[in-house]
Amino acid sequence: MNNDNALFQLTLVRFREFMREPEAVFWVFGFPIILAAGLGIAFRNQPAQVLPVAAVTPHLSASLRAEKLLAVSELTTADAQRELRNGKVVLVAETGADGAVVYKYDDTNPEGRSARMLADRAVQRAAGRQDPVAATDTLMREPGSRYIDFLVPGLLGMNLMGSAVWGMAFGIVDARRKKLIKRLMATPMPREYYLLSFVLSRLVLLVVEVGAVLGFAVLVFGVPVHGSLFALGFYCVLASMSFCALGLLIASRVQTIEAASGITNAVMMPMWICSGVFFSASRFPAVVQPFIKALPLTAIIDALRSNMLQGATTAQLLPEMGVLSAWLAVCFFIALRLFRWR
Amino acid sequence: MPQNATKAALRVRHLRKAYKDVVAVNDLDLEVRPGECFGLLGPNGAGKTTTIEICEGLTPADSGDVEVLGLHWATDAKALRQRLGIQLQETQLSDKLTVLETANLFRSFFHQGPDAMEVIGLVQLEEKAKSRVGNLSGGQKQRLALACALVGEPDFLFLDEPTTGLDPQARRQLWDLIEKFKLSGRTILLTTHYMDEAEHLCERVAIMDHGKTIALGTPRELIASVCAEHLVEFSAGTQAHPLDLTALSAIDGIRDVQRENGSVRMQVTELHRAVPALLAELGRQSVPLTELRTHSATLEDVFVTLTGRHLRDE
Repeated sequence: MNNDNALFQLTLVRFREFMREPEAVFWVFGFPIILAAGLGIAFRNQPAQVLPVAAVTPHLSASLRAEKLLAVSELTTADAQRELRNGKVVLVAETGADGAVVYKYDDTNPEGRSARMLADRAVQRAAGRQDPVAATDTLMREPGSRYIDFLVPGLLGMNLMGSAVWGMAFGIVDARRKKLIKRLMATPMPREYYLLSFVLSRLVLLVVEVGAVLGFAVLVFGVPVHGSLFALGFYCVLASMSFCALGLLIASRVQTIEAASGITNAVMMPMWICSGVFFSASRFPAVVQPFIKALPLTAIIDALRSNMLQGATTAQLLPEMGVLSAWLAVCFFIALRLFRWR
Repeated sequence: MPQNATKAALRVRHLRKAYKDVVAVNDLDLEVRPGECFGLLGPNGAGKTTTIEICEGLTPADSGDVEVLGLHWATDAKALRQRLGIQLQETQLSDKLTVLETANLFRSFFHQGPDAMEVIGLVQLEEKAKSRVGNLSGGQKQRLALACALVGEPDFLFLDEPTTGLDPQARRQLWDLIEKFKLSGRTILLTTHYMDEAEHLCERVAIMDHGKTIALGTPRELIASVCAEHLVEFSAGTQAHPLDLTALSAIDGIRDVQRENGSVRMQVTELHRAVPALLAELGRQSVPLTELRTHSATLEDVFVTLTGRHLRDE
């Protein structure tokens, strides 16, 4: 009996068309995970770096070895010079006149400057210097403050936008180009079912796609979700609907795939750059901040970050919800006015 | 004007449709009787597709009146859609769906109709039911399009150039299917620019040119109205001993004798009398016959006679 339901069949068709397009499946599911994995590995918390340095006398090298952050090799003066030029060591310690020490390094290289400070401290302490103020270190490597924690909400937002806008715009324009919309208009199919089927299939895929990225981030990188998971799901649904409306607006009149992909990129590009996917949107000048805040991608990324990293409640995120709802209403309204059913 | 006992399945009055720079349909009248297969025949750009799409409720007319199965698009669109089967000229069904999935989708839009698998059987695609549409041949795709038009068990079937671009075998196969559908007593309106298709399938045809009908009737009537039933072409005589044509024109039942690059072409009403008379005349003049061909006049000949152009001149 269910098989005869037009909305069910249409949604099923959307779903089948998507799953039978391997590229689309990769971009929606595989790509964000690979990106998160790659960036997570690249920006992982490494053990504090050890700097390679060279010493030309046994006495100097013994002094330097007391410093754990230096890897010391004892070389002849000529060899040490060559290693420094080749970048194998970042600093060479030599003896000067009257028991003085000479450090050779490139002062434009931050590692060289660090090595200079560490080496000098080691040499002075070996010679008996006492520090007048006692100091101890406490190391901060908490989940929630790492780059990967900042990145995952950004990727989630980007993924929500990309899959909804592309899915809508491409699906509708392709059907229009093939005169498939016109053919469906020639049947008794209710028009609203056609558009609704895109939204429904998107919502089903949303569960899988947010689940995959978030699950991967939480399990592999230990990215925290301090806020309510239920609220997080609600933000994703609202954002996805807003982006669907944006995609519908893009697709409302366009006749060719080329035009659709041009407009889609033109619409999404500014958001990729400005909305704080990879770095904080607050880096942009204060004058443009109101505009950046009004972008739907900024709103969803801010909401996701606040929820996941600070445990913000929906009441605290009302401005972001307002931005998303406004985009949804305005785009949907204009799109339906403009939509060409053939 | 005598009123038909039964109501017309389709009645079109003073239909007009203009695009920016061309008048596609110009004050067109049409009437399709219930249970008949009616053909709109004409060259590309004659206004066939615009006409059929207005009748299908897909394109609004500028003016004029269209009544389908006694209903009007403005007031009864929902009810009408349930009763029509429509096949459009350029639809590409989704390549990624299977034949059965596609038929199921279209079936789901109609309140009533046969099972999707039954319709697939009707168009002889059972073996392809699980194949993707993208892997079908042109003829198979066209048969699937026909199946999608049939899933709602329509009272009226609209076919826009159903066999354009198909090879002869696939065309034959589709013709057989349409004929089978005709047997069930339902009405068909089809457009085509193949005269043999119209002659083969249609009870009545309207020949369209520049948005108007220029002839209407059964294929036989149309042919009889503008030219004799048969055409005879032959080559006879030599440079030294040419044939005298004046004697041929005098023979009863032969008219319009014309030389056409070395051969002679003439219209005749009765082949069984004209051909012996021709042979006797050749014998009398003792001119050798080198070639003789006859064919029945076709709708193509009608179109050429009416417009001076061929159907497929672009």
